[in-house]
This record gives sequence, C-alpha cells and structure tokens, in this order.
Amino acid sequence: MARGEVLAVRQASVSLSGRSILKDIDFSLEAGEFCGLIGANGSGKTTLLRTILGFIAPSSGSVTIDSGGKLASVGYVPQKFALDPYMPMRARDLVALGLDGNRLGVPLPSPGRRRKVDEMLESVDATRFADQRIGNLSGGQQQRVLIAHALIRRPRLLLLDEPLANLDMRSVAGVVALLRRLSQEFQTSVLLSAHDMNPLLSAMDRIVYLAHGRAASGSTDAVVRTEVLSQLYGYHIDVVRVHGRVIVVAAEAEDDAQAAVAHDPVHVAQVP
Amino acid sequence: MFEDFMVNTWIAATLVAVVAGIVGFFVVIRGASFAAHALPLSAFPGAAAANLVGVNPLLGLLVFSGLGVAGISQLARRGRRDLATALSLVMLLGLGALFLSRTTEYFQAVYALLFGEVLGVSNADLGPVALLGAVSVALIVILFRPLLLSSVSPELGEARGVSARLMEALFLSVVALATAMALPVVGALLVFSLMVGPASAARALTNRPLSAMLLSGAISVVTVWAAIALSFISDWPVGLFVGGLSALTYGAGRSWAWAGERGL
Ligand SMILES: Nc1ncnc2c1ncn2[C@@H]1O[C@H](COP(=O)(O)OP(=O)(O)OP(=O)(O)O)[C@@H](O)[C@H]1O
Ligand SMILES: [Mg+2]
Repeated sequence: MARGEVLAVRQASVSLSGRSILKDIDFSLEAGEFCGLIGANGSGKTTLLRTILGFIAPSSGSVTIDSGGKLASVGYVPQKFALDPYMPMRARDLVALGLDGNRLGVPLPSPGRRRKVDEMLESVDATRFADQRIGNLSGGQQQRVLIAHALIRRPRLLLLDEPLANLDMRSVAGVVALLRRLSQEFQTSVLLSAHDMNPLLSAMDRIVYLAHGRAASGSTDAVVRTEVLSQLYGYHIDVVRVHGRVIVVAAEAEDDAQAAVAHDPVHVAQVP
Repeated sequence: MFEDFMVNTWIAATLVAVVAGIVGFFVVIRGASFAAHALPLSAFPGAAAANLVGVNPLLGLLVFSGLGVAGISQLARRGRRDLATALSLVMLLGLGALFLSRTTEYFQAVYALLFGEVLGVSNADLGPVALLGAVSVALIVILFRPLLLSSVSPELGEARGVSARLMEALFLSVVALATAMALPVVGALLVFSLMVGPASAARALTNRPLSAMLLSGAISVVTVWAAIALSFISDWPVGLFVGGLSALTYGAGRSWAWAGERGL
C-alpha cells in the first residue's frame, strides 16, 4: 500500500451466489479525498462498499485499509433503511451509539461522552433536532444523524451508500457540502455512492465509475469522457456537458445495449 | 389478600413482571412479538415431558425453550424469521402433544401451564424464579448497547463489529430464560401479553431507550399487581386481568402519544 493511501482496492473480483458481480476493480483513496462511486441501479455499488467493509470476501484480488493504528477505521452509512417511527430513540442516542454502541453495559451519564455527542451533532447541524425521535425526522435530517453516527469516532474512511437518494435538491446540496467540509476537517476519506454524478461534480476529487461489473477511476475529467466510458460499457457512449451538468447518453447501440441504457435512470433522468 | 399464603404470590408475580417488562422492551423494538409468543407455547410441553421422566418441570421448560431458540435461529439463517418461528413452534407443539398424551396428570395441570397458577406459589418455587429472573435481567443490562444498536439496524451494528446473528441468538436465549421463569407463574399464554403490552405503552411515552425499558418494567409490575388484586376481589381468573390490563395499557400509551403529537 502506497504512503498516504487509506484504501487500496487491488484487482478485486466479487461473486455472489455463483454470479460474477464485480471484475478486477482497482483504485485507491488518499487521506481526506472525496470520491464518488457512480453507477446505475444494479451496477454493484452496494456490493463494492460491503466488500470494502469486509462483509463480503473478494473471490480474487484484495482490499486493504490503512487504519493508521486506529480501531475505528471505517464509518458506514448504509443505503436507505426505514427507521421505525415508534423506536424510542432520540437523534442524540443514535449518535452516542456510534461512539460506544459495541460496548457492553448500559450507558452511564458522563460529561465527556455528552460533550462529544453534542460537538458531533453541532458539526452536522443537527443540534436543533437532537432530542427528537429519529423515526420522525425528515430524510435529510436522518442522513445528518447517520453521518454523525458514522463519524463520531473520527474514522479514516467514511463509506456512504446512496445518501442522496430521496432528498430534494436543496438537501442534496446541503449534505454534499457538509460531507466535503467534514472530510477536510477530520481528514477523513469519503467514498459515496450515487446514481447521478451531477450533484457531486464540484465536490469530487476522484470518481469510480461502475458499469457491467467493471470500474474506471481517476479524476472526473479523466474518467467522464466519451472514450473511457465507451470502453467501459462496451459500446459507444456520448458524454455531453451542458450548463455545467454532465449527461451520459448511448448513441447507436445494439438493441440490448440500447435497452440497458434506456432503462438506466442515470441516463434517462438527464436527457432533457 | 396480603395473608401469609399470598406473600409468595406477590413476590413471584413481581419478579416475573419486572423481567417480562424489561425483556419485552427488546421484544417490541425488534418486532419479535411472534417469537415471544411462540417460545412459551413451544416450551410448555417441556413441563409435561419433565413430569414424565421425573425431573423438575423447570428443567423441562428450559430444555424446550432452548430447543425453540435453536430451531428459530438455525432456520432463520436461510429464511425469514416468522417462518422459522412458525416451523419451530409446530414441531415442538407436535412433540408436546405426544408428551401430554402420555402424562397421567389431569387436565388441571395443563390448564395451569397455559394460564398460570399465580395464586399457588410455594416457597420452593421462589428460588429458581428469582435466579432465572436475575440472570435474564443481568444479560439484558450487559447486552444493552450492542443489542440496541443491532435492533435499530443490524447493518449499523455489523459496521461497528456487532454480529447481528449473535445478537439475535443471545436475545432469543434471554427470551427463553424469561419464558421458563415466568411460565409456571403466569402461564404460557400470558407471558406474551406481559412482554408486549407494557413495552408498547412505554415506547409511546418516552423518547429515551433506557427510560423506555425501565418504564416498561414498571408498567408491567403495576399491571400484574392490579391483576392479582382484581382477581382476588372478584374471584375471576387472574389471566383475564393480566391480558385485559396489558391491552389497556397499550391503548392508553397509544392515545397518550396520539394526543401528544397533536399538542392536546
Ligand atoms: N446475494 C446476492 N446474490 C446474487 N446476486 C446478488 C446478490 N446481491 C446482489 N446481487 C446482484 O448484484 C448486482 C449488484 O447489486 P448491488 O446491490 O451491489 O447494486 P447497486 O449498484 O447497489 O444498485 P442500487 O443502485 O439499486 O442500490 C445486482 O445485479 C444484484 O442483482
Ligand atoms: Mg445499492
């Protein structure tokens, strides 16, 4: 693993139930880098994040995380899950569980713990609803609480699975700006999956673009190009930039390829 | 109703209520009420089996609820928990039918196992009830944080190194222990109502997990005390009041929360 790298994924392939899902994925992240993991539904974003977390073992290749000697080296915000509205738990309780939820025993009141939780809530602008029930918070508020839960131990790497799904445009911009700021403040590398790259364009230092189980990675300008994406998809793709947005469209393609792209919300959603 | 022969009843019922209320908190937030219903039902033939081989019925209850836990956790590895629970339940009830048909015990004993024998607790019964209760509560206190995290989201737990499968197995074991201690006193059918009613009311009354758990224990104790008193006065079965009052507390909790949400 090279110096300064927090995560190195080397030639990693993953199969689930005998089906090959990811092939020869290769990229690395440096400390404090902000990276978008972009791909359509079913392209393997969640699978890749779960592999990095160690929930799934790669069938070949390797995933290495430099913990920097810290125990809590990875924070994780899973793809949207329903928080039970009847769960008797305040936002601050969930954040506190991020601090010591793996410890045994009931939590005893401690000023140090309380201060850490308050500071973390403040960092994600969640102080206002810290004492409300998590199940009753809005999607954007829940995202902030989950981010605080994942970050309170100051991990070196933060993985977020589709944290922008189901947020309106203003909340999306707010969460992206928040993550960008926190990654710099805490020197945490962020790997965030999304099916639309546009909200991330200004924040991303690096992109990992997934299609057909393979990945292209590098700076956005180097990856989001006609030649690179055409090679990744295996048929001609046009990358069009209009009004500061990127649109990925299939030009002429075989029927099934055309169908694949047409059914792919990344592309459809952005065709004006 | 505070005569000497009733003292044991009050003590045993209080212990059972505390344990059921506290364990019930996790039953409710994990959405595991079907498992909490199935475990006592699969366990009760264990008492009959124990009678048949001539050992302490409590042992039979422990073995059978242990089998229930093993069945649910093994089957749930490959499928949904409710199906796993249902399958374990029918298998153990089948065995139960066999054992019950072999016992010479009269119908009254079976009735007591199903509906409880709250007014006939002997001195010898108290020790094991207290011991199992203490172990159940101690386990819940020790597991509180990881179990809570895993109940909110198994995946968040896994990311913090808390195995969801281990938590599920430990949780079911605690339910099984609580079942074995509570069953002879309140009966197989009523353990369940004490685990679900008070905890559902408590979670509507407070936003804090630890307070909700303690409140659930307290509501459960009040429910049981009131049930015994009412049963003593009216001479109607205690089960009627335990079940009825549990449902009532649940309804009251929900109305309270409903009124709170609307600022009434
Ligand atoms: N346990 C499994 N067994 C077999 N195939 C699976 C399994 N889990 C996922 N897959 C397949 O792996 C592929 C990638 O799934 P994954 O959930 O990683 O996609 P994703 O990019 O996260 O999609 P989305 O945007 O919908 O969340 C899909 O085709 C899916 O059907
Ligand atoms: Mg996904």
